[in-house]
Amino acid sequence: MDLVTQILNGDRLALARVLTHIENDTQDGRAALATLFPHAGKAHLIGVTGAPGTGKSSLVNQLALYFRKQNKRVAIVAVDPSSPFTGGAVLGDRVRMRDLSGDAGIFIRSMATRGSLGGLAQATAGMTQVFDAAGFEIVMIETVGAGQSEVDIARLAHTTLVVEAPGLGDDIQAIKAGILEIADILVVNKADRPGVENTEKALKSMLELSHPTQHIFSHHGKYMSAAPQVKDAALWIPPIQRTISIDGTGIPELAEQIAIHAEHLRVSGDWAARERARLESEMDAVLQETLVSQFRERVPESKYDEVMMQVYKRSLSPREAVKMLTNGRAK
Amino acid sequence: MTDKKIRVLVAKPGLDGHDRGAKVVARALRDAGMEVIYTGLRQTPEMIAEAALQEDVDIVGLSILSGAHMALAPRILELLKANGQSKVKVFIGGIVPDEDVPQLKQIGVTGVYGPGASTEDIIKDIKEAVK
Repeated sequence: MDLVTQILNGDRLALARVLTHIENDTQDGRAALATLFPHAGKAHLIGVTGAPGTGKSSLVNQLALYFRKQNKRVAIVAVDPSSPFTGGAVLGDRVRMRDLSGDAGIFIRSMATRGSLGGLAQATAGMTQVFDAAGFEIVMIETVGAGQSEVDIARLAHTTLVVEAPGLGDDIQAIKAGILEIADILVVNKADRPGVENTEKALKSMLELSHPTQHIFSHHGKYMSAAPQVKDAALWIPPIQRTISIDGTGIPELAEQIAIHAEHLRVSGDWAARERARLESEMDAVLQETLVSQFRERVPESKYDEVMMQVYKRSLSPREAVKMLTNGRAK
Repeated sequence: MTDKKIRVLVAKPGLDGHDRGAKVVARALRDAGMEVIYTGLRQTPEMIAEAALQEDVDIVGLSILSGAHMALAPRILELLKANGQSKVKVFIGGIVPDEDVPQLKQIGVTGVYGPGASTEDIIKDIKEAVK
């Protein structure tokens, strides 16, 4: 029996093996993804991001426990950084997820960022698709909040939680562009710590300042017209939820907010819009990769190096060089 | 695209709370370019086997300073086999009397490292074991 059939039959070892294939981007992994593709598309993908030390893993732990009480199967992809120098990594998110072991309805997979941003997004997308096809209703993706990779992962998720904690930055941090903008739900974790009011106030004022175009479809501007024009339902203002993830305070309320957001996505048509945007960017990525590798196969290495030399010497700009390589002559 | 990385689960079974050694080894393996999944303290053999399965690791490192290695190591090897992971190797770091080493090796433990063991040796042995 092949791995894919085994996964669909609920074999956890087969699932783990295929995840490895996908992470290593092997032929077997690609084939498995293709076979599993029609089975996916049902899970609710929840991204959890935020600065190191805000309590993301503990929060994921609590949320998973809560979803299990609702009898939903939960998969977790926990991403931690690889060393840019040695390529090694210490993946420590499981330390905070002790409570989840021994439950066959939960599957946790740790993943290192391994350098390339595009590669990470692709591998994460592949992994969530496998979990989705394997019948996990909830797939949580936890990442360290450090920039572009989070934005990529927010694109992947249906609902993105941005986790903050008191004492990590002033209100200037909150009005900076970037990570807070991707939030569908803002979580103020460690709400028993001093300064929680200030953190919440800063986030609130950021939300109030937001331009009215904080329309949910602005993430995927080009789909605005594709979605049904239900004006009231289409406006989503990220709620701010206080939690204390070590004792579970605020978790039922947070889970409720997540459910409300999922419902909002369905009613507003943004669920479908996000799916389309995601599939489109996946297509783009694969297309680019394929074209580049086809091109590299056709152009002899020596020719490539020769042109590259001219670029090094600055006698040819990279754009001119590409023109030369693609047309056979410079323009 | 990406190379196959050696994935190592570093776990502390049993009840002793001394994890400095496990962390030093985890860090050393990271610096050797491996991906180390660290589980934290007080893991049962079942928890370790389950983590090894979910993470599809190549090798499991057990840190044991409680003296319970002759009970814990065989149990974990047994569970790995039961899960279909008989190819996954196991090594031990901690306090293990010399006379226990042959028996541990006989049941499939690839290396036993006590105080003063060099992390270079551990790295070399892991690379050899997962070949």
